[in-house]
Order: sequence, then structure tokens, then C-alpha cells
Amino acid sequence: MSAVINVLIAGVGGQGIILAGKLIARAAIASGLDVKTSEIHGMAQRGGSVTTHVRFGEKVLAPVIDPGGADFLLAFEKLEGLRYLDFLKPGGTVVLNNQVIDPLPVAVGAETYPEAAESIIAARFPLVFVDAVPEAENLGNLRVSNMVMIGALARLLPLPDSAWAEAIDAAVPPRFHELNRRAFARGFELAERASISG
Amino acid sequence: MKLLSGNEAIARGAYEAGVRVATAYPGTPSTEILQNIARYYPEMYAEWAPNEKVALEVGIGASLGGARTLVAMKHVGVNVAADPLVTLAYTGVKAGLVLLSADDPGMHSSQNEQDNRLYARLARIPLLEPADSQEAKDFVRTALEISETFDTPVLLRTTTRVAHSKSLVREGPPAQPELKPYAKDFTKYLMVPANARKRHVSLEDRQEGLRRYAEKTPLTRMEPGDRRIGIVTGGVAYYYVKEACPWASVLKLGMSYPFPYGVVEAFAATVDDLYVVEELEPFLEELIAARGISVHGKGLIPRTGELSPAVILRSLMKSPAFVSAAHAHGSAEPVRQGNNSRHAPGPSPEAAVGVPVPPLPARPPVLCPGCPHRGLFYVLKKLKLRVMGDIGCYTLGGLPPLSAMDTCICMGAGVGMAHGMAKVDPESAEKTVAIIGDSTFVHSGITGLIDIVYNQGTSTVIIADNRTTAMTGHQDHPGTGRTLRRDPTRALDFAKLARAVGVPHVWVVDPNNLAATRKTIAKAIRTPAPVLVIASRPCVLLSPAAPDPVAINPEVCRGCKLCLELGCPALSLRDRPRVNPQLCVGCGLCSQVCRKGAIGKEVAE
Repeated sequence: MSAVINVLIAGVGGQGIILAGKLIARAAIASGLDVKTSEIHGMAQRGGSVTTHVRFGEKVLAPVIDPGGADFLLAFEKLEGLRYLDFLKPGGTVVLNNQVIDPLPVAVGAETYPEAAESIIAARFPLVFVDAVPEAENLGNLRVSNMVMIGALARLLPLPDSAWAEAIDAAVPPRFHELNRRAFARGFELAERASISG
Repeated sequence: MKLLSGNEAIARGAYEAGVRVATAYPGTPSTEILQNIARYYPEMYAEWAPNEKVALEVGIGASLGGARTLVAMKHVGVNVAADPLVTLAYTGVKAGLVLLSADDPGMHSSQNEQDNRLYARLARIPLLEPADSQEAKDFVRTALEISETFDTPVLLRTTTRVAHSKSLVREGPPAQPELKPYAKDFTKYLMVPANARKRHVSLEDRQEGLRRYAEKTPLTRMEPGDRRIGIVTGGVAYYYVKEACPWASVLKLGMSYPFPYGVVEAFAATVDDLYVVEELEPFLEELIAARGISVHGKGLIPRTGELSPAVILRSLMKSPAFVSAAHAHGSAEPVRQGNNSRHAPGPSPEAAVGVPVPPLPARPPVLCPGCPHRGLFYVLKKLKLRVMGDIGCYTLGGLPPLSAMDTCICMGAGVGMAHGMAKVDPESAEKTVAIIGDSTFVHSGITGLIDIVYNQGTSTVIIADNRTTAMTGHQDHPGTGRTLRRDPTRALDFAKLARAVGVPHVWVVDPNNLAATRKTIAKAIRTPAPVLVIASRPCVLLSPAAPDPVAINPEVCRGCKLCLELGCPALSLRDRPRVNPQLCVGCGLCSQVCRKGAIGKEVAE
């Protein structure tokens, strides 16, 4: 089953992780592939650490990715990127958002936020480091930061442009198509430019 | 082909099978079934019932009234509905009735991880276990057919990884079965002992026919592989097995009760070594062992938490026979043994190349910025009360730094517990309150409140009333004035209800007003009579106002960190507490807490 590509999306409840999973899955379907995803709803969604598993390929069996099984880790937040690093295969790639959201133990001063998450990650895995929040701000809407991230990941995935365009149009209301396409294109461009380290 | 979650597929399956009535009480991971029915299939009558017992009773009425019926709930909801369920197995149905139980192995959003397959054995009803969304959809129809053919309710059991996983589904046309005319049948539906004794015999008589059906149903299939290793499995574990050891012989049970021992015996005869891979309880294993078949199960496979392909492979590798077969197929034990926990500390040592990963802070779920529960729990903490709690978003008030809930057992439990504790030591009534949500109060808090009144209690019960069922994603309930389909309806008035059952004092307070909330609760616990406090303010996510963030004046802030005790995600400690203006909604709790008046909306940070 080496033909199956495994993407683990990690972040903080409320960051648009479920939508990101849906988009990648739709792009895979538009490419004629089999897909399975797995999400977490309920309590963890209230600002907790959450993941969505996306697997696509000729034929997908289990809906979940085991530690050591992910080809890509799409992390919407730096601490969550570190937390799920052990889900990557050796040689897997991290697409990391340069965003810090203090978890409560850090916010109240009981624990400290890890320093330089990106260099810890870059020492172990190829890393595409994206500053998605200012990029989204430049595009005029903070909420498309997740689309910038998806664009960056898309640069690394073997799915055609047309499939992504189809996925964005299907997942986003028409009046936001243009904005989301631009955010996606920006992320794609940033990943293309990024010198993949590691 | 459409990408559907298990829950979306079950809604679709109900539509295709001609279900006319669907009822439920929301609960993760089952909630989206009814939401999808309400949204996409207007042909069906669908409702949120006040609790799972009522949901099933409405369903029984619909079935006897001749309509195919789906009743959905999470695993612990079946405990609430167990009373009608077990007797319904005696009476049987009229039109098909399916009870959907969504179990939560791993407890992603639950207080326990009970295995509801055991209810099939307890009630002696058929059990179907889909492995993906296609099966989830298809099994609804088969379950209804079984229900009608054998005159029995059918348990359709999913788990989180079926309910909340998405996979491709081929949709089919809807069926439109006729309503079956109601026929009064005293001996069948009126379960007085004389009738029930006969119905119990008929329940037993049903079993053999059901078992023969289970032996030949296409829902169950053998997948021959290497004959040295045979694995019996079902549900999502089937896919984990196929991923972990695609070379092994597999018996996939789609209908696992009544237990098709003929198929299992036949399968066991074709393999050298038999294994059962199932999440949670040794349900299949015990049934197999009871037939005198030698089988490996929970001796190898964990009985707690979720399984996964890696967990299964690692577990089976403890068996020498499995190891030698696996090696013959070039399958090795997974190298990485990372922790599967959501709050796992960090990468495994094998990945270590260079910089060590520091221990990582956990990220527990939190009450949202502006959450109306926060003020209430802050007051409960300051009053140092014993708080007998309940289940909902507000259970998060039990986590640090608020740490203001002592217990969480099940929905409604806190009300009775506060009363029980007060009876042990009457003085403790002045230190103890029960807290319950609005939806939860209707679900199972009302009877506890009546008990306090009836048995001369003096407890204080607080309804954390945020006008919605928030945790499961904002469902309506009898107190909101809206039905599942958002039609206006009469709203239950908690204050009137409490007065009607004899609660002498009912006080309503805004939990965002800390002084008033504190005064009200302090007065309530000193009052030697039952008191209901309704802490009422809508969930901040229901109709988000334009954010109006506060700021902290650095000239005035002394860095006492009192504001951080609120546990608000919008407040964070750097050199001193800071407000994140992107998260802050301006609820103003922190400015009430600050003794220096450093926090406010007119302040420049």
C-alpha cells in the first residue's frame, strides 16, 4: 500500500482543520483516487489539540494514520507541529504555519512554550515554513490563512491543479472563490520558493 | 460516488430505506445523523427528543404506527434508553426499527468507553457492525429488513472511526414502503407478566432463525489468505487488520449477533491458528471460546482504547505463530512505537537527529473567550464550594485554572449527588451546589430536582443556561423555543417549571456579572430550602457580536495575575498578562476581576 499518501493535519480546535481535510479529500477525488478521512468532533474542538487524517491513493483501507505513517504533516500551529512530529515517516515532510497559540498551561504561566519549534523540526524533517497569517492579512482576510497553508501543501502533493480548483470551488461559497484561489496560489508559490531544508 | 461520513451515510441510508421517523438526543459521535436528516431529507419526520429514553419511546410508537424508524444516540445514551429497549425486544416491532449506537473507543468526547455490542446480547437483538460509510448506509436498509422479517429491534453499532470517518459512497434510489396499519395486540404489546412470559419464549424462538440468517448473510464474508493465520473481526477493525496483515485469512462479521458459530467454526477449520481482533470487550472472543474453539484475543489485543493497524500488528507479533507467518510475507514489526495519545509528549527517540525535542505543554480543550460559563465557575471557585457536576462544555470548568467542578458521572448526576451529600452531613448543603446545563437539565435534571423538594432537601441547583446544546455543536432543545428543523415552538420555562414542582426560590442571574452571581449563589447556599439559580446568558458562539476587545494598561497593571485565574484563552502571560485582541470578545470579566482597574475598553495597551 505504498501508493497511498497519508496527510496528517494538526492544529488547534477552531483553526479550520476539518475544512482543510475536506478540501484535500475533494482534490483527491477530483483526481480519480480513493479517499478516507478521519476527524475528531466534540470536546476537543473547544480550543484543544486536534488532528484530521487524510489518506488517498488507488485503494485506501484504514481511515487513520499510525505514528510513523504520515508522508506529510500539515501543522497550523507550531506547538501542534512538534506534538505530532512522530506521526511522520522517515523522510516525511512538514508544512508548518508560523503561528503561536498559547495553550492554557502556557497562558497562565504554568509551563513554557517551546522555543524555535521550526529549527527542531527542520533538524529532523524537510520543512516548508509558511507565515500564513500575514499572508492572509495581505490578501485582506485573516480567515484564508488555512487556504495559504493548503496551497503550500498542494505544491508537494501529486494532484493536478484542476483538481484543486474543483475542490476549492466545491468547498467554498461562490463569493469567496476568488479570494480563496488567490490564497491557495500564494501558498503554492511560497512553497515553490522555499528552500526545503533537511 | 460521494464522500460521506458514517453519520451522513446513515442519514442517507435511512432515506433510501424509506424511514419516515427519526429521533435522537445529540451526543458525539452520533449527532450529525439527525442534523443531516433534518437538512437534506424533508420527507422524514425528525426530532430531538429530551433524552434517549424518550427518543426510543417515540420511535417505538412510530414503529407500532407502521413507519420505518431510526433512533440514534451515543453509546452512553443507550444506558438511558435501556429500559424500553430490553422490553421492546420482547414485544417486537411493527414496521422496522433500528437503534443506532455510536460508541466512542478512546473516549474522544465521552466519560466512558463501554462496548454496546453487549446490549445486543443483553436484549437478545440482532447486531450489525459497519466498517465504513458505504456499509453504514447499506446496513441501515438491511437492519430494517431484518427488523421486519424477524419482528425485532435491531442494534446498528458504529464507532467514532466509522461515524466521523469519510469514505466514498455509491448512493441508491429511495424506497417508499407503505405504512403498516396499526393493529391492537394485547398479548404482544402489553407486557404484564402473563403476556411477557410468553413474549420471552417468543424472543428465544426468534434467535434460531436470526442465527441461521446471520450464518448466510452477505454482510459477513470470508477472505481466504495464508491458512496459517485466521482473523475474525468486524467494524472498522476489519480495515485495520487488512492494513496490518493483508496476507492473513480474514472472517469479517457484518452481523455479529446472534453469533453465527457455523461460519466461525467453518472458518476456524480452514486455518491453523485463530485470532479475534476487536476493539474494547472480548465480545466475539467469548462467544467463540464458548463453542470450544481455541482462539487468541484479549491476551494479545488491548482491551482499552482504540485499535489501529500498528497496534494490531504489534499485538499479534507477541504470538510466535503469527511472527513466523508474518516474516514469511516480509512483514516486520512496525519500527516506530510512537504514543498514539492526542496529548503525546513528542517525537519518538528513533526520529532523533540532532536537536532534542523538549517536553511539550498539553493543550487541553478550554472554555471559549466570552463563554458565559467562565464567570459562573470563577464565582464557584472563589466561594470554595463543592460542585457536583455534569456533562457539557461546562465540564471544562473542572480543569485548571478554574478547577471548580468536583464530579462528572453522567447527565443529571450532580443534582442527586448534591442532595445525597447534604443528607450525609446537613451542614455540607451550605458548601455544596449542583451544576447542570440547560439541555442536560431537561434530559435528566428535573427528576433530581423533584427529589430534593420531595425529600425535604435544601440543596442549591444551578442551571448553566446558555440556551443551546453547545458541546455537540449547538442543537436546539425544549428550552430554546425551536425544533430540530428550527420551527418555532413553545419554550420550556425553567423558572415556572421549578416553582411548579415546589422549589420555593428561583433566582435568575447573568453569569457575566460576577458580583451579582456571587451574591446570588452565596445567598442560595445559606437558604435552608431548595433553590434553583438560573445563570442565564446565550453561548457566545450562538450569535457572535462584533468583537470589542479590552486592553490592559501597563502603567496600572501590577502583574498580580488575578485575571489569569479566569482561564481565558484571550489572556496570556508574557512579562505581564496581555490581551490577544484577535481572540478577545470584550466580555469584561477580566476588568471585573482586576482590583487595580487596569483592564478596560478605553485603555491603550
